[in-house]
Amino acid sequence: MADVSIRNVEKAFGTTKILHGVSVDVKDGEFVILVGPSGCGKSTLLRMIAGLENVSSGEIAIGGRVVNNVPPKERDIAMVFQNYALYPHMTVRENMAFSLTLAKAPKTVLDQKVGRAADILGLIPLLDRYPRQLSGGQRQRVAMGRAIVRDPQVFLFDEPLSNLDAKLRVQMRGEIKDLHQRLKTTTVYVTHDQIEAMTMADKIVVMQGGHVEQIGAPLDLYDRPANLFVAGFIGSPAMNFLKGHIAGGAFQTGDITLPLPSTRGAPEGTRIVYGIRPEHWRLDDAGIGATVRLVEPTGSETQVVAEFAGHRVVCAFRERVTQRPGETLHMTPDRDSVHLFDDATGRRLS
Amino acid sequence: MSAAADLAWTARRKPQTALARLFDSKPFLIFICLAPALGLLLVFLTYPLGLGIYLSFTDAQLGRPGHWVGLDNFEYLLTDRVFINTVWNTIFYTATATVAKFALGLWLALLLNQNMPFKSLIRAIILLPWITPTVLSAIAFWWIYDPQFSIISYVLHDRLHLISSNIDFLGTPWHARWSLIVANTWRGIPFVAISLLAGLQTISPSLYEAAMLDGASAWQRFRRVTVPLLMPILAVVLTFSVLFTFADFQLVYAITRGGPINSTHLMATLAFQRAIPGAALGEGAAIAVAMIPFLLVATLISYFAIGNRKWQQGGDDV
Repeated sequence: MADVSIRNVEKAFGTTKILHGVSVDVKDGEFVILVGPSGCGKSTLLRMIAGLENVSSGEIAIGGRVVNNVPPKERDIAMVFQNYALYPHMTVRENMAFSLTLAKAPKTVLDQKVGRAADILGLIPLLDRYPRQLSGGQRQRVAMGRAIVRDPQVFLFDEPLSNLDAKLRVQMRGEIKDLHQRLKTTTVYVTHDQIEAMTMADKIVVMQGGHVEQIGAPLDLYDRPANLFVAGFIGSPAMNFLKGHIAGGAFQTGDITLPLPSTRGAPEGTRIVYGIRPEHWRLDDAGIGATVRLVEPTGSETQVVAEFAGHRVVCAFRERVTQRPGETLHMTPDRDSVHLFDDATGRRLS
Repeated sequence: MSAAADLAWTARRKPQTALARLFDSKPFLIFICLAPALGLLLVFLTYPLGLGIYLSFTDAQLGRPGHWVGLDNFEYLLTDRVFINTVWNTIFYTATATVAKFALGLWLALLLNQNMPFKSLIRAIILLPWITPTVLSAIAFWWIYDPQFSIISYVLHDRLHLISSNIDFLGTPWHARWSLIVANTWRGIPFVAISLLAGLQTISPSLYEAAMLDGASAWQRFRRVTVPLLMPILAVVLTFSVLFTFADFQLVYAITRGGPINSTHLMATLAFQRAIPGAALGEGAAIAVAMIPFLLVATLISYFAIGNRKWQQGGDDV
């Protein structure tokens, strides 16, 4: 096992710059998730760690050794691809053993290692099948088995769950996390799904447009997003943003006044963006009046789309909501869960 | 018009005519759609094939219907030195040209599969030998192989002074055989290269990346990923290539007409030679029919030996 250190890495394809100086530190045994919208450079960064893409400038070190010019097979890493990349002409056993076969490992070692990985992943009854005869989840597991057999210093996952259906995705999420807790191998995992990132990661790296927006533990990102992008990206349904300014020690938007958090960190008159998560609204008869547009009960909570002062906000209440579309609902934000951002820079204020 | 009137109108839709009902009937549609193709196949494929097989059992000559003679034609051919030599020559021609076409075609396909500037233009140029009419390229090769004006002799003799006299490409049996094989290979490479290139492009690049991470060298990636995944398409292309080469006629007939001393005859050219200029229709047909078992065996071998793979069965795409 090893740590991975990415220092000021840049990547350009021709004149198009994909990564603009990215630095990430992955500690030994840590599960780090790179997350961001399509085209943010997260997969490119992962492929650079694997050695499948060159580093334009900066340094990538695995276990203290700079690997910029080390070919992929000597980096001692294993990668799980989005489309699994199983060799269709080999059985599950041959797929998993391929790296050992190439290294001319003795048959006993090969059988033992494949057997152990197959046992961990519940693949023993499938060892003699071909990839075509497996379901999506089984193929995914074989791809992980192939990585485990290698016993590498670092696991790399490139959106491994995006080809699975929703239910299987939740199940495999649990399996991958469980696997990491058992094997304790350093893992770098790429996804565009913030729920995957939140549920699995020790540390999340949020990326956008080739920049790192924020690095932190899942709940830190949720509780203290560094800027508007992270605030909007992490959390589902997404955070509501209201534009306005600070007046009289409160937030003013249109003719509506909302309370500020006790640590507001911005002077009177500042133009700000007021961020409030759906789950941080409370039903409150003394609160502001909003017109209900849509009610979506999910049983455990009720999501309401409501409108006030020209803003459309999403709210999630623990209580059942009796109002119907067109009627008025009174609610108030939980003031200490409010996030304030500078309107000009998008940076966090409080 | 009001909505109620609209509804009333839909309700009063006209009943279908008998013709419309007929065209809705599936058996009738199947019949009517298959008829033109079946008709063409029957008239232009099945009938000539049947006639050819029938003629091979008769002593028909040009302008004389002939009588049923059973296996006489075939028995005679077995004692005919020219026919026996032609069979061996056809097998040699097919085997050598096919190996050459596949070796060079695969190599070309691998090159074309790389990223390079003007990729589509180069791919289009590669196809040129294949789209040139055979007789046209045969005439070009005829000039290249001319005893007096051959460009190869000119370069080697007059320019580089490497040889003391012009090469007699088509005048001696072995020179002529190899010359034809080279011409056939030149024509056949594009088909093999483009087909294999199509096969190569179906192989997901992530398989190569996975193999690279698994520690495979370039040669190992070729041997353990490319070759097995290319096998199914290789089998199909190989079958076609063998069939085309074995039944080749134009190139040989245009360049050597089977000479010198019948040494470059293929079964197809010999069949034509005996049947039309030689007027022995029955004998010519027998030679043509004698090709059928060879073609069948070649097809079956490539189909069973390398065509059908267990890993291709079951499930959807990986």
